[in-house]
Amino acid sequence: MARALVNVPKAARQGEVVEIRAMIAHPMETGYRVGPNGINIPRDIIRRFACTYNGEEVFSADLFPAVSANPFIAFTLVATTSGTIDFTWTDDAGKTQTASAEITVG
Amino acid sequence: MREDPLRVHGLVGRRQFLRAGMTGLLVISLPRWAVARPSLDEAIRTFTGGADVLDGRVRLDLPPLVENGNAVGITVAAESPMTADDHVRRIAVFNEKNPEANVAVFRLGPRSGRATVSTRIRLATSQVVVAVAEMSDGSFWSSRASAIVTLAACIEDLS
Amino acid sequence: MRALWGLVGIIAAVVCSMAIAAGIEGSAKRSGFDFMTPETQALQADDMSNPGMLWVLQGEQLWQQSEGRADVACAGCHGDASQTMRGVATRYPAFDEATGRPIDLAGRINSCRGERQQAEPLTPESDALLALTAYVTHQSRGMPITPAIDARLAPFRDNGRRLFQSRIGQLDLSCASCHDDNWGKRLGGSVMPQAHPTGYPLYRLEWQTVGSLQRRLRNCMIGVRAEPFAFGAPELVDLELHLMERARGLRVETPAVRP
Repeated sequence: MARALVNVPKAARQGEVVEIRAMIAHPMETGYRVGPNGINIPRDIIRRFACTYNGEEVFSADLFPAVSANPFIAFTLVATTSGTIDFTWTDDAGKTQTASAEITVG
Repeated sequence: MREDPLRVHGLVGRRQFLRAGMTGLLVISLPRWAVARPSLDEAIRTFTGGADVLDGRVRLDLPPLVENGNAVGITVAAESPMTADDHVRRIAVFNEKNPEANVAVFRLGPRSGRATVSTRIRLATSQVVVAVAEMSDGSFWSSRASAIVTLAACIEDLS
Repeated sequence: MRALWGLVGIIAAVVCSMAIAAGIEGSAKRSGFDFMTPETQALQADDMSNPGMLWVLQGEQLWQQSEGRADVACAGCHGDASQTMRGVATRYPAFDEATGRPIDLAGRINSCRGERQQAEPLTPESDALLALTAYVTHQSRGMPITPAIDARLAPFRDNGRRLFQSRIGQLDLSCASCHDDNWGKRLGGSVMPQAHPTGYPLYRLEWQTVGSLQRRLRNCMIGVRAEPFAFGAPELVDLELHLMERARGLRVETPAVRP
């Protein structure tokens, strides 16, 4: 199950700039750590984060191992129309996890 | 980059050979990433494609004293009207001393409303962090800040 | 509401300090939260930035999920955790009739899994066990720690106090050497806190994940170069009994964030 927390205001005025926050459970294993057995722990990170607003990509990020475990990203969007804001996190293996939230724009 | 101690061997005097040998030992005793990563400036040049980077229009908030380098909250804010004609296209964050110079690249646009992003980053040690914003006119602006990372006294033995 | 809990806490602390001398007295008691930088405090204070909330969220999902041969969820017996689990963590560890010993919350969750759900126990420090423990403890957030008055627990709590005060390891330090006698002073770059278990399971920046009180206690034992007790060892539960008595009156913070 995806363990993600996304924060989108339930309602906004048209044209209002709203703050979006997204956090997902992920170790963001850097590939530079050594395990107790003396062998390098293989890299495993979220490589890309994307946010779409009614299907159109409005924000994205490329992440590197210097982003903390359980990556947290906050940004802003202009509330245009009521609809769905979707979030996608893609890891090194190409596996994706998703979350979404509804916004009502009046 | 470094002199190759094997090649230097036959060509130079003893002192220089010893110095080169010591350098070689130092190089092989360091983790691979310590010699492999590009410098901060090289990483920024790769991002900008060699374009000039101007000071200003970007603010980077980074706490000056960090309790634990595993999660350091940063905020980057660029001055921009964020209209279709004049907006921030990308914001990139770089570090000076981690194994890799890149931290994150954020893509924004007029639908962002404001050019402000926050995230949490890892800092392996006390160092400089740089934020660079690419504007829609192709110009690059940056801001830098440094943080002192204190080390915890009692850490679990995973090393 | 907050003021009311504060008052309850103060009364409880006064009662406690009259009953037994448990290290740090009433008004001097401080949560580890108070020793952190404003940045780390902000990380804990806002549920949308507190990474520990990811485990609470997972715990909420697991609470509803049917498990084991009995095919029953925690919610199947206990219903709405926000009602039925409220305040429970403030009284743990509790006396377990079946074993005649104190049991901590994670132990209770696993014994419930075995007896009621007929499921395999969750391994110590697994995300699932931490998530369920964090979710249940979170239902008591803001409430003062009020250990149960149960005479059967007394000998175990006494043993916990004895362990807390016993010097161990190559550094020959007891828990009390740092956390009773020298709290507030610096050890390297860090301020030594009073070691009150107010926020477990908690998100530790050093761990980059959520961990249990037992992980933290083992961490300290390794720190003083002693052989740590195994996860689930009775000694760790006895220590928790003493720590909870010592923290009486402080408020539950789960999921806390610590450096």
